[in-house]
Amino acid sequence: MGYPHPIHPKETPVLSRHFGEAEARTYDGWAARGGWEGLRTALAMAPEAVVEAVKASGLRGRGGAGFPTGLKWSFMPKPSARPHYLVCNADESEPGTFKDREIMRWTPHQLLEGVAIAAHAIHAERAYIYIRGEFTEAWAIMEAALAEAYARGALGGDALGSGRRIDVVLHRGAGAYICGEETALMNSIEGKRGNPRIKPPFPAQAGLFGMPTTINNVETLAAVPHILVRGAAWYAGLCLGSPKSTGTKLISVCGHVQRPGNYEITMGTPMRDVIFEMAGGMRPGRTLKAVIPGGSSVPVMTAEEVGRCVTDYEGVVAEGSMLGSAGMIVMDDSADLVYQLWRLARFYAHESCAQCTNCREGTGWTTRVLERILAGQGKPEDLDLLVDLGEQMTGKTICVLSDSCAAPVVSGIRKFRGEFEAYIRRERQPALATV
Amino acid sequence: MSAAHPAAPHEPVLVGETRARLEALFPKYPTRQACLLPALWLVQQARGWISEPAMAEVAEVLGLTPAYVKGVVTFYTMYHTHPVGRHFIQVCTTSPCGLCGAEDVMRALLRETGCGELGATSPDGRFTVVEVECLGACGFATPVLVDDDFHDSVSPEGVAGLLARYP
Ligand SMILES: Cc1cc2nc3c(=O)[nH]c(=O)nc-3n(C[C@H](O)[C@H](O)[C@H](O)COP(=O)(O)O)c2cc1C
Ligand code: SF4
Ligand code: FES
Repeated sequence: MGYPHPIHPKETPVLSRHFGEAEARTYDGWAARGGWEGLRTALAMAPEAVVEAVKASGLRGRGGAGFPTGLKWSFMPKPSARPHYLVCNADESEPGTFKDREIMRWTPHQLLEGVAIAAHAIHAERAYIYIRGEFTEAWAIMEAALAEAYARGALGGDALGSGRRIDVVLHRGAGAYICGEETALMNSIEGKRGNPRIKPPFPAQAGLFGMPTTINNVETLAAVPHILVRGAAWYAGLCLGSPKSTGTKLISVCGHVQRPGNYEITMGTPMRDVIFEMAGGMRPGRTLKAVIPGGSSVPVMTAEEVGRCVTDYEGVVAEGSMLGSAGMIVMDDSADLVYQLWRLARFYAHESCAQCTNCREGTGWTTRVLERILAGQGKPEDLDLLVDLGEQMTGKTICVLSDSCAAPVVSGIRKFRGEFEAYIRRERQPALATV
Repeated sequence: MSAAHPAAPHEPVLVGETRARLEALFPKYPTRQACLLPALWLVQQARGWISEPAMAEVAEVLGLTPAYVKGVVTFYTMYHTHPVGRHFIQVCTTSPCGLCGAEDVMRALLRETGCGELGATSPDGRFTVVEVECLGACGFATPVLVDDDFHDSVSPEGVAGLLARYP
């Protein structure tokens, strides 16, 4: 399968430098690669100083929303009798995204180190890593690494001889995309259905078990040891575009490219370099049609927009979409965009937790209207109906799953209207049987 | 549910080794309720699926009600509330994999296993095939989970050879 690929000259391998090296999975192998130095450095610092370093690095959350990590940590209250918790979000279920899986599979100690540093920074004695149930391989590797880290004294009652207690617990999900949403995830750990909670209160006030909690994505936490070892200024200097987007980012590229995989870029790298150089571009004779760049939950981009786009949080917004989790779904001219958007709408309808009416009904109706268009039974007014539905689904629900269904569909209609109309005018063979 | 699976007396499942493994988790959580997902995994690993009497047992040990436990079990797609084939096959057909031919892999799986349709168990009891949403492995299309084994880059042609490894 040829994966991981050799590092492309335009990549900046920091988190992914040791992907593919089996020895990096062991405690000693990780230590030989400079591992555990980040935690040692952090434990010698006051927690507040660690928070300041992460703030100065400019690191932003890699789970999708891009919230500044140091700022999030600074919202945690001062230590008191109430326990603080750190939660690591390893639920990775956003279509197009498969980077956290590789971090856990190849560098489990990199993640454990980041988790331990964050726990120290926010005065937490216990961290939970919530791993989606389907990640059986990543689970086994994380479990082995965790046992080794305890046996070697990096974790537990006296982490690296610091006198500080840092416990890490792995928790297995059981199949539900919505559990990647932070408050749904907390409910899931508590033994509840994975329904998102109404905010406020925010997790820093009342999160897991009602206690002050910080939740971060796997990639966010895996970047932290490097910031402590090499310095916030070094990290902040990894920046080719907007100064508000710093560091490196793992980009998952899938769909119609010749070399699907994860590529680690400096923030601000042109998107065309990622798609046409690192991922090898389209198959012979094919041209780029569209990219959904942030996992499936964001607006579709046209080839022209991709050609101009700078890959960082601001750059993708400037081209009408969002960086999200940076899972890029690439479609060439052979792709049926209407069909793909229907399949994504069906995903959101299936994954809606159903507690908000606009989400439950909106994702269902969006799916059914697209279905009838694909079955050759669409009406001209269906496109306006889909756009209206999208409006009803945006900004009106407890979490943004609902918005996430509307974004690709509505943008698809705006940018590729002709493809929908071809089905509605019966100029195209139905792609689905009669509904 | 009970009508579909009549009369087999329930053998307690949260006993012996399984019970010990559950109790070893208690100190890791501030509440018993938080052990619910892990407890359900232990039951499914021991029995292959989670019956109503097993849910009642879990409820009893964790201080919950059977109705509450059932509400949680059915929220999550990976827990089986009825028996499945000896090998449980999950194939991703979400868009990114769909672009790379996942629906053909799914059809090959249904044909080669003899399951015929999604969710059904093959007549010999060997396989159940289900379609699942994104497995977080979209760069390795088509990903297929057989029990706990992850297989990447499965093609329709590769299906027969893959199944041969699961007697
Ligand atoms: C429907 C939905 C699904 C999400 N899924 C994930 C996920 O699988 N992994 C993840 O890290 N964040 C996911 N998020 C974002 C989290 O809610 C949260 O913002 C993130 O884990 C915070 O970590 P970060 O600040 O390090 O990015 C999801 C959000 C929503 C609304
Ligand atoms: S928006 Fe959808 S998924 Fe989110 S809480 Fe509401 S119903 Fe549940
Ligand atoms: S879409 Fe198939 S694994 Fe993500």
